[in-house]
Amino acid sequence: MSISATTSNARPSGVQGRSRFVLIAVAYVGLLLLAPIAGIVWTVIDGGSGVVRRTLAAPDVRHAFLLTGVITVMAVLVTAVFGVAVAMVLARDRFPGRRLMSAIVDLPLAVSPVIVGLMAVLLFGRGGWFEPFFTARGIQIIFALPSMLLVTVFICIPFVVREVVPVLEEVGTEEVEAARTLGASPTQTFFRVTLPTIRWGLLYGIALTAARSLGEIGAVLIVSGTIQGHTETATLYIFRALEERQEASGYFVALVLAAASIVLLTAIELFKRKRVRERSR
Amino acid sequence: MAILYLGLLVLLPLTAVIVKGYDQGLVSLRHALAAPGAVAAIRLTLITSAIAAIVNGVLGTLIAYVLVRFRFPGRSTLATVVDMPFAIPTLVTGVMLVALYGPNTPVGGFLARHGIDVVFAVPGIVLALLVVTLPLVIRTVEPVLMELDPAEEEAARVLGAGGWAAFRRVVLPALRPAIAAGALLTFARALGEFGAIVIVSGNITGKTLTAPYFIFQLTGNFRFEEAAAVSALLFGLSFVLVLVTERLVKNREARVSP
Repeated sequence: MSISATTSNARPSGVQGRSRFVLIAVAYVGLLLLAPIAGIVWTVIDGGSGVVRRTLAAPDVRHAFLLTGVITVMAVLVTAVFGVAVAMVLARDRFPGRRLMSAIVDLPLAVSPVIVGLMAVLLFGRGGWFEPFFTARGIQIIFALPSMLLVTVFICIPFVVREVVPVLEEVGTEEVEAARTLGASPTQTFFRVTLPTIRWGLLYGIALTAARSLGEIGAVLIVSGTIQGHTETATLYIFRALEERQEASGYFVALVLAAASIVLLTAIELFKRKRVRERSR
Repeated sequence: MAILYLGLLVLLPLTAVIVKGYDQGLVSLRHALAAPGAVAAIRLTLITSAIAAIVNGVLGTLIAYVLVRFRFPGRSTLATVVDMPFAIPTLVTGVMLVALYGPNTPVGGFLARHGIDVVFAVPGIVLALLVVTLPLVIRTVEPVLMELDPAEEEAARVLGAGGWAAFRRVVLPALRPAIAAGALLTFARALGEFGAIVIVSGNITGKTLTAPYFIFQLTGNFRFEEAAAVSALLFGLSFVLVLVTERLVKNREARVSP
C-alpha cells in the first residue's frame, strides 16, 4: 500500500530517479553475470557439435564427471548428517563454549580453499603428522579420493549448519518435549518431529553444499595431484584443458558445470521460498 | 559427536598450519616474503579485495534497495540472477570471463585495440572478484531494508527532501552497519579467492600473482613452512573480519528484537 502511495505522490523527477536506479542495477548485473554467460554459450556454439561429441566421448572427461558426482554425493551425505547433529546441539543445548563452537562452524568460510588444501597436505602429505600412521597401514590419503573428500567436506561444513540452526531456534523445543513425554524414542522424535520442521532449511543447505562441491577447485587442485582418469575432477579437467590449449573442450565442460549449478540455483530459490513461507506461518 | 566432528575436521588442520608456519618464530614468514613477487602478491590481493569491497558495497546496496523498494517487471528474475555466483563454480566464472574478454574473442580483441587489457591483467582480477562476491552485500543489506519502514522515507520526501536526500538522510544511516558487514565479508572472501582468478590473471610473478596463488606455488614446491606462514597471516585477517561482521549483524538483531 505504501508503495503505491509513494508512486502516486512522486514527482516526475522521482520516477525518473527510480528508473535510473533500476537501470544501473540491471546494467551492473548484466555486465558482471549475463555478459560472461553469453560469452561462454556463444563460444561453445561457435565451436560446433563436433567438439561436444568428442569431449563427451573422451574417457578422461567421463571419469572427471563421475568423480565430481561421487565427491558431491559423499560430501552432501557427510555434511548433512553431521551438520544436523551440530545444528541440534547449537540450537538446543546451552553449554559453556557454545558461542565458540558457533564461531568454529563459520571458520571454513574465512579460509581460502588453497589453505584448506595446504592443511590436508600438512596432516597427511610427505612428512605430515598422520602420514606414518596411514602409510604403515597402506592407506593412501593424499593424491587419492579420501583427501579430496576431506577438503570438500571442510569447505562445506557451514552450509547445512547455518541454515538449520535458525529454524530449530525459532520452533523451540516444545514439540520435541511433547513427543518425548508421550513416549516417543529419540529416533522417533527426530524422524517424526525434528526432521519435518527443518526439511526446507536442510534441503537449502544441501543444495548450497552440492553447488560448492561441484565447483571446488583450489583445495582439490593441491591434494589430488590431478592424475588423469584417476583423481581428476570436472573442474580440474577444465583447468588442465585450458593449460593444454584444448580450450574448446574446457569451455564445453565449464558450460555443463554452469548449467548444473543453475539447476541447483533454481532448487535453492524454491527451497528458500518454501522455508520463508513456513517460517511466516 | 558434534564437538569431535568440528574439532577433528576444523581445529586440528588449522592448528597444523599455525604450528608449521610459526614453530620457528617468524623465520618461515621472512623466508616466504623474501621470495620474488611475494610482497607484490600480498599487496595486489589486498588492493583488489578492497576495490571489490568498495564497488560491491556501493552497487550491492543500490541493487538491494532496488530489489526491496521498487516493483518493476523482471524484479524476481533480477533477484535470482543476483544469487548466481553462489551456485556457479568460481573456476567456471573465470572461464566465462576469459571466453568473453580473452585476447582471441571479439570483445577482448576490441578492448585490446583500445589499449584495455582485461584478461591476464589487474582489471580481470577485479572483475572476477566483483562477480563472485556480488551477492554478499546484497544479501546482508536486504533483510535490514525490509524491516525499515518506507513511511520514514515518504515523510522525508513529503517534507521536501529529494529522492537522493531522503535516501542519504533516512535510509543510509540505518543501513550503515549492514553495508559495513557486507563489505567486510566481501573483502574477506576476496582475500582467499582462487578459482575465479587462477585462469583470468595468468599469475605473472610481480604483476598479476595473487596471495592465494603464491601459497599454491609454495605448496607445489614443497616449501610447506613458508606456505603455512603466509596462510596463517591471510587466514587470521579474514577470520577477524568474519568475526567483526558477525558482531555487526548481531548488534543489529539485538537492537531490532530486544
